[in-house]
Amino acid sequence: MSDKLKLSELNSILKDLDVESLEGVTIEGDIELDIQGGGGMNPAMAYALGHEAAQISLHVANIARMLGYPVDQLFAQCLGTGGETAALQTEPTIEELLQAKFDVARSSEWNTPIGEVTLGATSADGGSRDHTITLGGEKAMPFYFDAEMPNRNYVTMDVFDMPISMAKSVKSNYEDVMGDPAEWAKKVVNEYNADMVTIHLISTDPLINDTSPKEAAKVVEDVLQAVDVPIVIGGSGNPQKDPEVLEKAAEVAQGERALLASASLNLDYERVAKAATDNGHAVLSWTQLEINAQKELNRKLMKQCNVPRDSIVMDPTTAALGYGLDYAYSNMERIRLSALMGDDELNFPMSSGTTNAWGARESWMKESPLKEDSDWGPREYRGPIWEIVTGLSLALAGNDMFMMMHPTSVQVLKEITQTLYGNIEAKTPDITNWITAEV
Amino acid sequence: MKINSPLDAYKYLPGTNCGRCGEDTCMAFASHLIDRSKSAKDCLPMIEEDKYAKKLEELEKLLAPEIREVTIGTGEKSVNIGGDDVLFRHKLTFFNKTAYAYDVTDTMDDKELEERINTIQTFKKFYVGEFLTLDMVAVRCVSGKPETFASTVKKVIGLTELPLILCSFDPAVLKAALEVAADKKPLMYAANQENWKEVAGLAKEYEVPVTLFAPNDLDLLKSMAKTFAEMGIEDLVLDPGTFPTGKELKTTFENFLKIRRAGIDGDGEIAYPIMAVPLTAWMAYDDDVSASYWETVVASVLTVKYGDIMIMHSIEPYALLPEMHLRDTIYTDPRKPVTVDPGVWEVGSPTADSPIIVTTNFALTYYTVESDISSNKIDCYIVVADTEGIGVEAAVAGGQLTADKIKKTLENAKFDLKEKTNYNTVILPGLSARLQGDVEDKVGSKVLIGPADSGRLPGWLEKNWPPQDK
Repeated sequence: MSDKLKLSELNSILKDLDVESLEGVTIEGDIELDIQGGGGMNPAMAYALGHEAAQISLHVANIARMLGYPVDQLFAQCLGTGGETAALQTEPTIEELLQAKFDVARSSEWNTPIGEVTLGATSADGGSRDHTITLGGEKAMPFYFDAEMPNRNYVTMDVFDMPISMAKSVKSNYEDVMGDPAEWAKKVVNEYNADMVTIHLISTDPLINDTSPKEAAKVVEDVLQAVDVPIVIGGSGNPQKDPEVLEKAAEVAQGERALLASASLNLDYERVAKAATDNGHAVLSWTQLEINAQKELNRKLMKQCNVPRDSIVMDPTTAALGYGLDYAYSNMERIRLSALMGDDELNFPMSSGTTNAWGARESWMKESPLKEDSDWGPREYRGPIWEIVTGLSLALAGNDMFMMMHPTSVQVLKEITQTLYGNIEAKTPDITNWITAEV
Repeated sequence: MKINSPLDAYKYLPGTNCGRCGEDTCMAFASHLIDRSKSAKDCLPMIEEDKYAKKLEELEKLLAPEIREVTIGTGEKSVNIGGDDVLFRHKLTFFNKTAYAYDVTDTMDDKELEERINTIQTFKKFYVGEFLTLDMVAVRCVSGKPETFASTVKKVIGLTELPLILCSFDPAVLKAALEVAADKKPLMYAANQENWKEVAGLAKEYEVPVTLFAPNDLDLLKSMAKTFAEMGIEDLVLDPGTFPTGKELKTTFENFLKIRRAGIDGDGEIAYPIMAVPLTAWMAYDDDVSASYWETVVASVLTVKYGDIMIMHSIEPYALLPEMHLRDTIYTDPRKPVTVDPGVWEVGSPTADSPIIVTTNFALTYYTVESDISSNKIDCYIVVADTEGIGVEAAVAGGQLTADKIKKTLENAKFDLKEKTNYNTVILPGLSARLQGDVEDKVGSKVLIGPADSGRLPGWLEKNWPPQDK
């Protein structure tokens, strides 16, 4: 390195260092510092030069500071003002790991538990179910270490009262039972391990078969006969017809503590609520991706219709993966957090129409309609995982019960949620050397 | 971020409302600092004038995210991970999508390596106006030989611009790879309890980010992070181990929660991005489909809860598609509606006899309508009005969907109803029925009121289209 350093050279040296903090700093002039001993310099000149040199050194010191050099320590040492005379810190060499203890606080904000809702009634309670299922009761976000999660997630599988169109990979599982809801219900319980059954009375829709509430009630009776798990009774989604249909269905299922789906703001929810309270059922409070609408409906069900707290389950709507799941996820997460933090209009268990995932084209379409897309691969594998991931992410947002369709989806979703719940014993592989694993 | 209100940030700004940042006032600029759409350096006076230097420095420190942001790779394909400030995304969104890396090994032959890398770097899926893609390649040293690994890494660099993760616990192997790859700024994987001293040396020598691996030992993980930081190595990624099944998976999940909560709550010694390795699912399952499924499931859990970067194995589309979509879901700003471009769009191959359906540019509405139509193989035009990302019902109520908006959309798209169609008729969504008269007057077309739910469009069209009178 030369003895003389021009400031312009300094600039170019620094340029290559990519020092962001230097942006905007300009060093003017091109002063060459070559100061020799005193001699005959005139004092005014010496003062001016000294001033200039001090200014420049300040500049340079600032730059050094930006580069991370401990300038102040150096100054302190030179000027003899440093408290410590420790050598300039270069790279510390560390021979032993510095000890540290990891610790994290449990959440103190979550002080209101989610209400519990029990579905199904055994003979002891005047019903004919083999067992009951209890939803809710969480005191923390799902699967969090802050508090024990009292009840696991449950899956209720969809059964329809008539053959419907559905994705091929779903349909192939049900072709033999499609004409018979009771057989269909048996199949999902006995073969596919459903915790519950949802009987959708869609044939009652005036735009479909317009079957009578009485006929629908008969289907509900058949399903209750066929299986001994708790059931969910769903209408057709027709806001004019549903209250009437659910009323009749609720009557024939009296004492069984079913879940009536649904009360919503766009139909006569009072009538649905009354059908539930009169016959000892719970009611599903369904709104569309809107936290305030959910609060409003829950409030109306409690205050206006006198539905007890232990008889309300919420469905804040499930939009499928890629089709609004971001809103569904946020909505559920916000609902659950608000509830845990004390919003008593929201502290109910939640249910998800996870089957909606089959509305996403990625779950059923043979190939992408877009030429630019990469190959989507076989849809038999794509569909079930679409339903799983849709449900799983909502499980993490706080959802308690899943309405589902595909046997594989049900099996895998149960496996992962129960694993996170702490219910699954499995021998986990030794991962310390995963890098070299044969996969 | 140590501050969270625009007012707090404002205190550090010049307060002159000079407008050079593009905002009218310093307060407006301050609110962009808080939502991170602008950075302190966008305030030119603070950069240029010495008197602000100290404030700028303080402000930047206050605005720095709680979780350190780490950059891997160079150039356009480089990825940033970490940088988060909140535990729940509706508070401030999550920044920097989880980076997805897919593995290759140094025991693959050239053809296999090439094909696999090609899939990783070309896989794409259209979604809401853009393509979802994959981010990185993780090169695993299976051979155990430094020269074999280095030669594979070299080949990989020749095949792709994607950032790399160099995986080995052997410092000699890592060193050999860094010799050929350091200038690409790969992520080194990994330092562990045995090799940390040597790996720290490499991280310093080659100036690359490094992963710390302490399976299910958070004390050790924190000790390593603290030690590395003390040595001046702060581009760190933490891997607490991804145990793929059983109670250990539950513990893994809890470890991710704990690390992130501690980091956000201010424990700077552990406030680094977190790595997950769902690939370990392949060590628990024998058949490819089960392993792929379980890997996707583990990846999903850890994408939702705080994984910033992950290494996976399955490149089957049925695994990739849900992973990519879920990641997009979690890292989308839930406070801002996603929109599509306004205009007149074709579904299928519409002709002059095809229906013309009006909807909004709220992405969810648009894609619902679009898929309802296309899945029923109906050829039509969709007129997408700019409602600022608000759905039909709310946009009618709020005045974002009006006859003028619809007219403007048609005009901007140079879509003349009389010229391009035979019926001069548009179909309004059922929920916007009250715009009918206005649209007839302003657009000069006939108007049909469609169903309230686009799911009913196919049946409705059968009855109502083509319109009776021409």
